[in-house]
Amino acid sequence: MESRTTRIALRVVAFAVMAFIYAPLLVIVMASFNAAKIPTWPIAHYSTHWWSLAMHDDRARTALENSLKVGAAATAVALLLGTAAAFALSRYRFFGKNSISLLFVLPIALPGIVTGLSLLSAISFFGITPSLITVVVGHATFCIVVVYNNVVARLRRSSVSFEEASMDLGADGWQTFRYVSLPNLATALVAGGLLAFALSFDEIVVTNFTAGFQETLPLWIYNQFRLPNTAQEVNAVAVFVIALTALPVFLAQRLMRDSGGLTGR
Amino acid sequence: MSTPSHPAPIAARRRISAFFYRRRWLKLLTLLTPPLGWLLIVYLAALAVLLATAFWQQDVLSGKILHTWTSANLQSIRDDSAIHTVTRNTVQMAVLVTLTDMLLAFPLAYYMVRVASRRTRSLLFLGVLMPLWSSYLIKAYTWRLMTGDAGTINWAFDKIGVGPFHIAYTTTAMWLAFSYIWLPYMVLPIYAALERIPGSLLEASSDLGGRAGRTFRSVILPLALPGIAAGSIFTFSLTLGDYIMVDLVGGNKQDFLGSLIFRYQGVANDLPLAAAIALIPVAVITVYLVLVKRLGAFEAL
Repeated sequence: MESRTTRIALRVVAFAVMAFIYAPLLVIVMASFNAAKIPTWPIAHYSTHWWSLAMHDDRARTALENSLKVGAAATAVALLLGTAAAFALSRYRFFGKNSISLLFVLPIALPGIVTGLSLLSAISFFGITPSLITVVVGHATFCIVVVYNNVVARLRRSSVSFEEASMDLGADGWQTFRYVSLPNLATALVAGGLLAFALSFDEIVVTNFTAGFQETLPLWIYNQFRLPNTAQEVNAVAVFVIALTALPVFLAQRLMRDSGGLTGR
Repeated sequence: MSTPSHPAPIAARRRISAFFYRRRWLKLLTLLTPPLGWLLIVYLAALAVLLATAFWQQDVLSGKILHTWTSANLQSIRDDSAIHTVTRNTVQMAVLVTLTDMLLAFPLAYYMVRVASRRTRSLLFLGVLMPLWSSYLIKAYTWRLMTGDAGTINWAFDKIGVGPFHIAYTTTAMWLAFSYIWLPYMVLPIYAALERIPGSLLEASSDLGGRAGRTFRSVILPLALPGIAAGSIFTFSLTLGDYIMVDLVGGNKQDFLGSLIFRYQGVANDLPLAAAIALIPVAVITVYLVLVKRLGAFEAL
């Protein structure tokens, strides 16, 4: 066992690191209520001005709608393909299985700029016009991994014998999937879907290369940074985005608690 | 015994089920083809085009890409000492960030596993996980606000009577921001590795006369190594390819590989050269992956 001094030292360091993680988030929340026209610290006056400005910004609203559409579409594709891949790779043995499972994590092991530039090279080579659809294709590629990871983790912990018992008792393949496999997977699917959505909703690196003239919310934020005197409005949108991605992650973590927690990217 | 009779659709469904049940390979094929096809057609094909593009060339006048093979891009990378400097700076930063995150993440993960109560542990776990998923762009931007000359950091230094320091748009600012943003990626794998070490091993070590330092060196560290290595894949690879932070926190004052690639593609519109430069981080990461695979990093991902 660790000595008393070690334990106290560890506690101090652990909480210092947690403070390091959360201080910047606190700063941005406070900054969004800063009444000043330029970023200042410490904050002299508080106001909700930037929040109401952000809420009535049409371009930001369009960007938000685009982000929601892309997130929903990418999540749907990822749920279908990720689940199928998870079943195939954890319930079967076949030649080349290891290389294929490596392939499924490649989109997150390589840096985003490589994925982004690859997709752009392909878009340019095949003469495709960049649009929200190319963004969905790009996002789905790494969202599949998130769903795949979570479903695989659940399948690893659940036994095939339930499915076999169902078949023995006379259920057909569809009934077994509907009444045995699916309920067992349900929370893993919801968690994977929520994480995939959060990932897509926030993505900028790949989006920047594949969006063409379309704007998602992160792209809107990034473009705002280049304009003078718009940073304060961005802060409000930023806090909104943090809240909107924190909620699904929180819910996902609750849902996956019983199977050893989330498996991330 | 009479077989129960089913309405036609159910009977059809049963026949389909039975058909697939008897042919497992066909079921596997149906499951595997769509996701594998997607990755092959979208991802691997795109990577292949990237590789090919690196060996093509931009027509200077029309801006069109000429599909004739040339190693000109690779030669200009070989001869351009600026690109060498950028590569060295980027790799240095990636190593520095990785080491910093190891030093910060290990005590936190250790505290979570071995010292904290169950309740504190799950709170801390969620506390580490949430910022991992919350907006990367915004976290980068927050660091720009905080590292400014009149930002939060200098304000805090002023309170304790030191400074002010000029860290805005410096490598120091980027080092802080990178270490901050990728920290959760390091905490979670180390946490998972430490959690798997049975307490009895540590007791055995101390029963055999090992002091705290010896137990740490000879028992804990070797067993935690795969987790540390797995975390380092993320911190290293993510730093290596980043270009947003270079812009927002670094103020584009100093180029990194990511920003160089981004600029050649976006501003100079020279996709072939950008693709050729993108092969540098791919090569560096491949070497890195081979190295950490030996430490068991892949099993701890």
